[in-house]
Amino acid sequence: MSDLTVGEIIAEQTYALTRDTLVRYAGASGDFNPIHYRDDVATSVGLPGVLAHGMLTMGFAVQPVVDWLGGDSGRVLDYQVRFTRPVLVPAEGESVVTVVAKVGALDDAGARIDLTVSFDDATVLGKAQVRVAL
Amino acid sequence: MPVNPELQGRTFAPTAPYLVGREKVREFARAVLSTSPLNSDPEAARAAGYSDVVAPPTFPIVIGELTLAQLLAEPDAGIDFTRVVHGDQRFSYTRPIVAGDELTATLAVTAIKSLGGHSMVTAESTIVDGTGAHVVTAISTLVVRGDE
Repeated sequence: MSDLTVGEIIAEQTYALTRDTLVRYAGASGDFNPIHYRDDVATSVGLPGVLAHGMLTMGFAVQPVVDWLGGDSGRVLDYQVRFTRPVLVPAEGESVVTVVAKVGALDDAGARIDLTVSFDDATVLGKAQVRVAL
Repeated sequence: MPVNPELQGRTFAPTAPYLVGREKVREFARAVLSTSPLNSDPEAARAAGYSDVVAPPTFPIVIGELTLAQLLAEPDAGIDFTRVVHGDQRFSYTRPIVAGDELTATLAVTAIKSLGGHSMVTAESTIVDGTGAHVVTAISTLVVRGDE
């Protein structure tokens, strides 16, 4: 990994989310806000429909980086995101989210990996950065 | 009711110890679509130098939920949960969480800002293990929407 260059893409992955994905995440995380599984509740609070949990998106968006680290998430030193746009998940079918992980900066301690996370041709996470030890 | 500006600087009592179970780590790992064997296979985790399965990077949010509940339950906070959206999130790790950890989180409200009728509440959860050693700090900014 010593021959990394800034701007290099180190991983690229797509994830297909369904309502099933959202319900499983709700159970695993303990976040049972009904806007993540009930259309009537989502629309009643002015949302366009059921949304994926932001923390679910943050959760899988880092996985391509973890895989690149040989599965060792212990080498992740810091991970931050800004939630900029929601990922809508329909009752039937799936929503495909694309993650592109690129080297943002290199220093003696390791690297900063910048994530571009897109759904429906729009970026859903802003300033998504993972600091890793190399 | 707007968010109470006096919340800024407030520190909450440490949460009751949370024992991280191996099956909980596996369940969470499946939920965030992890394929890392270190998250599910104790042998793979031990081979990589850990005592048991390793939790995915965003697992601390499970403990963070406990501190969020403290914040929302604060009688003078003025935070209406139906108006809350997650603005940003950061985790700074000393080490990853592994099954068998007994974790305690202490929440501090570090900033309250107003922005165009909305309030931004920044809260920091410091998570330590059973020996008191730092594991991870989770920093969340919640946006509380004002009346429209």
